Amino acid sequence: MSAAAGFAPLAPASLIAPGFFSSDAVYTALIIGVLVAIVAGVVGTFTVLRGQSFAGHAFGDLGSTGGSGAYLVGVGPLWGFVVAGIAAAAAMEAIGVQRARGRDLATGIVLGAGLGLAALFLYLDTTATSTSGAAVTILFGSIFAVPASTVPVVVLLAVISLALTALLYRPLMLSSASPELAAARGVPVRTVGALFLVVLALTVALTAITIGSILSTALLIGPAAAALRLTRSPRAALASSAAIGVGTVVIGIVLAYDSNTWPPAGHAWPVSFFIVTLVLIAYLASGVPAHLRRRRDSREARGGAEVPSVGGETASAVSTVVR
Amino acid sequence: MFQSFMVNTWIVASIAAVIAGIVGFFVVLRGSSFVAHAIPNGAFAGAAGASLIGASTLLGLGVFAVLGALGIGTLGRRGRHDVVTGLVLAFMLGLGALFLSRTVEYAPAIYSLLFGEVLGISHADLVPTIVLGAVCAIGLAVLYRPLTFSSVVEEIAAARGVRTFVVELAFLLLVALATTMTVPVVGALLIFSLMIGAPAAARALTNRITVALTLSVVFALLSVWAAIALSYETNYPIGFFVGTISAGCFLLGRLWSRIRGGVA
Amino acid sequence: MKAPETVMMSAPAPAPADKADGAGTGAGAPTDVLSVQGVSVHLGGRQILRDVGFRIKAGELTGLIGSNGAGKTTLMRVILGLQAPSQGEVLIGGELRSRRAMKIGYVPQKFMLDPDAPLRARDLVALGIDGQRLGFALPSRRRTELVESMLAAVGAGHLANKRVGRLSGGEQQRVLIAHALVSRPQLLALDEPLANLDLPSGHEVVALLARIAHEQRVAVLISAHEMNPLLPVMDRIVYLAGGRAASGPTGEIVRADVLSHLYGHHVDVLHVHGRVLVVAGGESSGGHGEWAVGADEALTASEPDADGAESGDGSVEVIS
Repeated sequence: MSAAAGFAPLAPASLIAPGFFSSDAVYTALIIGVLVAIVAGVVGTFTVLRGQSFAGHAFGDLGSTGGSGAYLVGVGPLWGFVVAGIAAAAAMEAIGVQRARGRDLATGIVLGAGLGLAALFLYLDTTATSTSGAAVTILFGSIFAVPASTVPVVVLLAVISLALTALLYRPLMLSSASPELAAARGVPVRTVGALFLVVLALTVALTAITIGSILSTALLIGPAAAALRLTRSPRAALASSAAIGVGTVVIGIVLAYDSNTWPPAGHAWPVSFFIVTLVLIAYLASGVPAHLRRRRDSREARGGAEVPSVGGETASAVSTVVR
Repeated sequence: MFQSFMVNTWIVASIAAVIAGIVGFFVVLRGSSFVAHAIPNGAFAGAAGASLIGASTLLGLGVFAVLGALGIGTLGRRGRHDVVTGLVLAFMLGLGALFLSRTVEYAPAIYSLLFGEVLGISHADLVPTIVLGAVCAIGLAVLYRPLTFSSVVEEIAAARGVRTFVVELAFLLLVALATTMTVPVVGALLIFSLMIGAPAAARALTNRITVALTLSVVFALLSVWAAIALSYETNYPIGFFVGTISAGCFLLGRLWSRIRGGVA
Repeated sequence: MKAPETVMMSAPAPAPADKADGAGTGAGAPTDVLSVQGVSVHLGGRQILRDVGFRIKAGELTGLIGSNGAGKTTLMRVILGLQAPSQGEVLIGGELRSRRAMKIGYVPQKFMLDPDAPLRARDLVALGIDGQRLGFALPSRRRTELVESMLAAVGAGHLANKRVGRLSGGEQQRVLIAHALVSRPQLLALDEPLANLDLPSGHEVVALLARIAHEQRVAVLISAHEMNPLLPVMDRIVYLAGGRAASGPTGEIVRADVLSHLYGHHVDVLHVHGRVLVVAGGESSGGHGEWAVGADEALTASEPDADGAESGDGSVEVIS
C-alpha cells in the first residue's frame, strides 16, 4: 500500500513531495482517480436523490465477494467487482420491493449473504494460496496498486456508465423525484430503476478499485450529498458533485504521497484514508450555510422583523374580528 | 463440538444471539438495516486501533461502536439519514485502514474480527459479555414503550411528548453495545445479518408484537447454534454460515407470506 | 350554518381588552381548552403566521380553513408543541403548553404505517394510553376493555386484531383517531383528515368527529383546505389567509367584508346550492399566489401568475 519508489529528502517548504510528477504510479493513480471521481459524482447524485445509499454501499461490500472470488480463480479484482455487482443488482431487483423500507431490508439480506460468501472465498484464498494479504488489499484497496494496464478498462467502464446515465437522464430524474408522476407519464419506472442499479454497480466497481470495496461508498455519496446541500439545480449539483469528488481524490493522492515523508519516514498512510476523510470534511462543510441561515432566521424573528400588515384601515367592526 | 474448550463459545454465542434477536427486532421495525450494518463495521476499526496501541480488542470495539452511534445519531438529525450513515461508516473504516497500515497485524486476527471465529472465545470473555448483555436487556426493557411508539408513528409520539431524538440516540447506543459483545464471535461484517434475518422471518409469521419479539430471539438462537456447529465441522468461517442462514430465514418468511397471503 | 351571533360574543367573557391587542396577557376563560395568543412564526426568511389568535371551548368542533401554503400545518405544529413560535403563546386548558401537558390527541395528515410491522390495531391504540412512558405495561383486563371500547366507538372494532399496516387508508385513520382519544385528551387535533378520502368516507369521518366532540366533550380542531364538507358540523371557524386569521362563528367570518380585509383585496362570498364559494374577481391584486385555491388547488397554489391571480381583465377565480 505504499507509494511508488525512491525520493529525495523533503524540503520543508514544498507542499508536494519531490518525485510526485515523475512517478508512473502517481500518474496512473491520478488518471484513474479523476475519471472515477467524475463518474461517481454524477451517478452518486442520483443515488442520493433516490435514497439508495445503502444499495450503493452494499455493492461496495459485495465487491469484496467478487474481488475475493476473482482472486481465487486468478482474475483481476476489477472483473470480480463488476460481475459481483451485476449479480447483486439482479438479486436485489428479484427480491427487492418498491417500498423504501422493504428495499432496505432486502438489500441488507443480500449483503449479508454476499459477505458470507466473501468470508468463504477469502478463507479458501488463504488456504489455497497461503498469502494472507488478499483480504486487506481487496477490502481497503489502494489506487497506487492498480496496474497501468487497467486504465483502458477503467476508461471503458466510465464511458459506459456516463453514457447510460446521459441516456437515462430525463426518465431517471423524473422517476427519482416522483415515481407516481413518472409512471403516469409513461416512464417504465421499474426498468429505469433496474438499469440504474446496473450503472450503480459499475460505478461502485470503479470506486472500489480506487479506494477499496468497503470504502467505495464514500466517494459515491459524499460529494453528491454535499453538492445537493449547496444547490437546488440538478445540473449544478451534478457538476459540483463531480468537482468535489475530483478535488478530494487529487488532494488525497497528494497527501498520501507526501505522507511517505512524514515521520516515521518510509511508511505512507493509505490513500483511501485521506480520500474518505476529505469527503467527510466536504460533507460537513456543506452543512455550514444552512446552519448559518437558521441562526439568521431565529435572530430576525426575535428582532421582530415583521412585515406591516396588508390592507390598512377598514371598518372597526371588521378589524375587531380579524386578529 | 461440545468439548470443554467450546463451552464458552456456546454460552457467549447464545447470549449474543438473544441480544441480537431483541435489538434486531427494533432495527427492522425502525427500518435501520443500514445503521445495524454500519456500527459493527465501524467498531471493527476500533478493534484495529486497539491492537495498534496494545489495548483490549473489546475496548476498541466498544469505543468505536459508541462513537459511530453518536456520530450517526447527531449528524443524522440534520442531514439525510442514509447518507450520514454511509459517510460515518466509510470514515471509520478509513481509520481502520490507517490503523491496519501502521501495524504488522497478523492477518488471521483481522480476518476473524471481520468474519467471526468459533475457537477464539476464552473464559475471560465470559464476564464482559454477560455484563454487556444484561445492560442491553435492561436498557431495552426501559426503552420499550417510547421506542416502539416512536418507531411506528414518530410524529404522533413527538406530539405526545416522546423525546424522539433522545430515544433514537439511546437505541443507537444499545445497538453499539450489542455489537461490542457479538462481534468477537460472529464477526463485524456478519453480525448485522443476524440482527435482520431472524426478525424479518418472525414478523412474517405473526402480527402480535410480543410473539414476534420472542420468535425473533428463537430464530436468532437457532441460526447461531447451527452456524457454530457447521463451522466447527467444516472449518469454514462462522460468518459464512450466519450470512447464508439469515438469508434463508428471510426467504422462508417471504415464502410463508406468499403462501398464506400474509398473516393479516 | 349556525344562527349568527354578534361579533362581540365571538370571544368569551373578559373579552374587550383581548380583542384589541394581538398578544393576550390573560390566560383566557376557564372553559377554554385551547387558547392561541398572538402567535407569529418566521421561518426560512418568510413570515408564515402573523399575530394569530383564537380560542376553542370543550365540546366545540372548529375548522381551521386555509389554502395550501396558508400556514395551517405550521399553526398545528405550534399548537402541538412541535414548532416554537417566534412570538406569542399557546395555552392548553389554561396552562402554557409544556412537554408534560399531554392533553392533546393528534392525527397527522400523512402517516406511513409499515405493512409488515407486527402491530395490530389494538396494539397501536394501546400505545395511545401511555406509550410515552418508560418501561412496558403489564397486560390487564382494564386496558384491553378500554382499547376495545375506543375502537368500537370509532367503528373499527372489527379491525382490532388486524395488522395495522395492511388496513386501508380510511381504516388506518379511524384507528389513529381511536389511538388519539384513548388517553382522554382535552383537544383532538386532526391535520387535513379529509384530504385523501373519497366523498362518502369524508362524510362519515366528519359525522364521527362531530359525535365525538359533542358526546365526549372533547374540543376538536380539524384543518382543511375546503370548508364545505365541514359546514354542517362546524361550531366555529378559524380562517387563515396571508398568514393572518379571523375566527368566530362561521356566519360571522365567512362574509365578504371580513374576508376581504383578511386577504387584503376584494373577495366575494357566494352561496350556491348550500355550498359556500369564496371568489376573487375584478381588479388585479398583485397579492401572493398562496391564497389561490380551488377544486384543483394543487396546480394554482403558490404560483404568483396562476390564472386570474394578476389579471386585470375581470376574470373570476374561485378561491374556496
